[in-house]
Amino acid sequence: MPAIASKQYSDDVSLLVLLLDTNPLFWSTTSITFSQFLSHVLAFLNAVLGLNQLNQVVVIATGYSSCDYIYDSSLTSNHGNFESNGTGMPAIFGSLLKKLEEFVTKDEELSKEEVSEDRIPSCLLSGSLSMALCYIQRVFRSGHLHPQPRILCLQGSPDGPEQYVAVMNSIFSAQRLMVPIDSCYIGVQNSAFLQQASYITGGVHHTPKQLDGLFQYLTTIFATDLHSRGFVQLPKPIGVDFRASCFCHKKTIDMGYICSVCLSIFCEHHKKCSTCGSVFGQSKLDDASSASDKKRKAPST
Amino acid sequence: MAGGQIEKLVKYKSTVKDPGTPGFLRIREGMLLFVPNDPKSDSKLKVLTQNIKSQKYTKEGSNKPPWLNLTNKQAKSHIFEFENYPDMHACRDFITKALAKCEEEPNKSVVSTSSEQLSIKELELRFKLLRENSELQRLHKQFVESKVLTEDEFWATRKKLLGKDSIRKSKQQLGLKSMMVSGIKPSTDGRTNRVTFNLTPEIIFQIFAEKPAVRQAFINYVPSKMTEKDFWTKYFRAEYLYSTKNTAVAAAEAAEDEELAVFLKPDEILARETRHKIRRVDPTLDMEADQGDDYTHLMDHGIQRDGTMDVVEPQNDQFKRSLLQDLNRHAAVVLEGRSIDVESEDTRIVAEALTRVKQVSKADGETTKDANQERLERMSRVAGMEDLQAPQNFPLAPLSIKDPRDYFESQQGNVLNVPRGAKGLKRNVHEAYGLLKESILEIRATGLSDPLIKPEVSFEVFSSLTRTIATAKNINGKNPRESFLDRLPKSTKDEVLHHWTSIQELLKHFWSSYPITTTYLHTKVMLLQFSNLPVPEIAIYIDS
Repeated sequence: MPAIASKQYSDDVSLLVLLLDTNPLFWSTTSITFSQFLSHVLAFLNAVLGLNQLNQVVVIATGYSSCDYIYDSSLTSNHGNFESNGTGMPAIFGSLLKKLEEFVTKDEELSKEEVSEDRIPSCLLSGSLSMALCYIQRVFRSGHLHPQPRILCLQGSPDGPEQYVAVMNSIFSAQRLMVPIDSCYIGVQNSAFLQQASYITGGVHHTPKQLDGLFQYLTTIFATDLHSRGFVQLPKPIGVDFRASCFCHKKTIDMGYICSVCLSIFCEHHKKCSTCGSVFGQSKLDDASSASDKKRKAPST
Repeated sequence: MAGGQIEKLVKYKSTVKDPGTPGFLRIREGMLLFVPNDPKSDSKLKVLTQNIKSQKYTKEGSNKPPWLNLTNKQAKSHIFEFENYPDMHACRDFITKALAKCEEEPNKSVVSTSSEQLSIKELELRFKLLRENSELQRLHKQFVESKVLTEDEFWATRKKLLGKDSIRKSKQQLGLKSMMVSGIKPSTDGRTNRVTFNLTPEIIFQIFAEKPAVRQAFINYVPSKMTEKDFWTKYFRAEYLYSTKNTAVAAAEAAEDEELAVFLKPDEILARETRHKIRRVDPTLDMEADQGDDYTHLMDHGIQRDGTMDVVEPQNDQFKRSLLQDLNRHAAVVLEGRSIDVESEDTRIVAEALTRVKQVSKADGETTKDANQERLERMSRVAGMEDLQAPQNFPLAPLSIKDPRDYFESQQGNVLNVPRGAKGLKRNVHEAYGLLKESILEIRATGLSDPLIKPEVSFEVFSSLTRTIATAKNINGKNPRESFLDRLPKSTKDEVLHHWTSIQELLKHFWSSYPITTTYLHTKVMLLQFSNLPVPEIAIYIDS
């Protein structure tokens, strides 16, 4: 990062890490095409970069089986000339698209290798969240003059309950680092992970109703930097879906058993906690059934 | 003299030294007229009875001539010298009657004209209040000056502010001291065998309140049988005997002195009252009211006055009093409070007043036949036993508890809704990736879509977002320290609050006019309904 005089630094310099959902199974089923979506997003990124000279944007693609960084606005190689055919893309995003294409090809390869189980067609949110947090951590350690980072998660795929633990861990580390996770969910159902992420880290969660106005949503709600959020009113969701998934079967549950040592959630009774190894005592239901068994045994012997 | 008038020959003197102008005095119902004999003299006097403040007269037995001195309200005195005393007395009586009558009238007239006349002092007070309180001033300007409310109506609800005396009627009554009567310890003189008790009117009041027998004895014995001083001496002798706990001596002295015996015996009046109270206790209250409550006769569980347990001979039983009895009686009296307002020094008056109060309360408490009947009915209604009643089969309404999962968006539904087989999935994945890559190529070729977003769509999105953000539903209730009003700019907040106070004022007057019985109220209600309040503005603001 070039040395920046401290006078030039103002409160509203931000680093936006955008997690872009590139799950093909989702994009094949939506009303809006991926290209339209991309144009909204790229215009939005331009706008964010235009808000402040020192703003930075990082884009991470969230694929079906992998994630990767595809754009970093602070890298100088971006400003090189990219030939575009006539009325093509603005040069600034040429590399983004190229990298995106490469990423999608790689992702396809990986998904072919993977044994396709009966899994929910979710994207790898936990992976991209972790990558974002690593980048942010590096920025924090680069010096005391750094922009205020935040994460924006643009997602349409449903939640994969098998990623529950990893996602919750990332959320808590983001909370610790004081990095808000904003989320814009463009899918059909509600995403419990994203709602919880925004709620816990103090970000904004919104589900746009009109996808052809996505750019307007993005600029109105998600373009505000952290300093301005103190006095700008952003829409708040009415409630948060706090349901968890169980650790054994990865099913979403609202009632279950919890280990009192490590707070892992199970949907059915276990003798031992799989996370921390503590042995559970006998539950009351077992007591009752064993007592009646004993009673029945006594007269017979 | 019933009505009518008196006419007498008098001499009018303006001061004592004045020799007096002979003339003719005519006293009528409301007026006093003096006409001097000499038409040229100008001491003609016409005095309205209202203006006479007081009258003085010379006594018959003294050597002074019969004079009647009338002082009027301006402190001027008129002296009339009569020919003889009977004349003077007649005039005096007449004037007394007239004065008495005059005193009644002003009271009535004051009440009727108070609503119309306003003293200057009150007007000053109102202006002062308006000046100090800007909110009140605004309301006043808005309503009274636009003729929606009259001045009187406006101030009628603000009596407290004006500090009217009528409000301050009920002052708090001073209660009784909690120190017990039996706690009055005498001061003993070590050298001589004398014990000195201090007696104040306060203590006298308390003694009379707590011991009705003493009060009765006082009324009976003083001043017929003995003086007050003797009475109290005997009383305190009895107290002293109690404190020594020497029941044998007490019995001996009681046998000797009849009046002393009254003090030493247990209080009959109290016992009677208690028995009466017990009979009237409502058995539907879940309390045990029985003989045990007659605390005057019960030797209570051995708690003696000073904590020691003594054995008492049965014949001297009545000469013993216990601490618990005293405590109970004292507590009952203190809780009752001061039942009379007489603050007289005269013990007799106090005693009589207390007796009167007790009699009145007793008369009130006596239940009539109807009341008894009602009580019995209520008792039988309340004392019903559930197990003995017929079984009541109420129709049961089944509980309908819905599955909470219906309310949540279930993701498990999604799992079931993807019934693709493994092969199908692979093929779909491949297709999907193909589509994705196509999209990317497309955007690389054509660039960002132009126009990026349609203006109508953009406007719609923007307005719906603004509405979402501004809805009170979203704002209220999230943060306990934040209020909806604090989010408004100060001028708007002030305006909203002022609208609220004016609406409150209007509503107060509106509802107080109901039921509409006079045309005055009807016109008032109409005026209030159509008063100019920008209510629609507020409604829109709150809705948005």
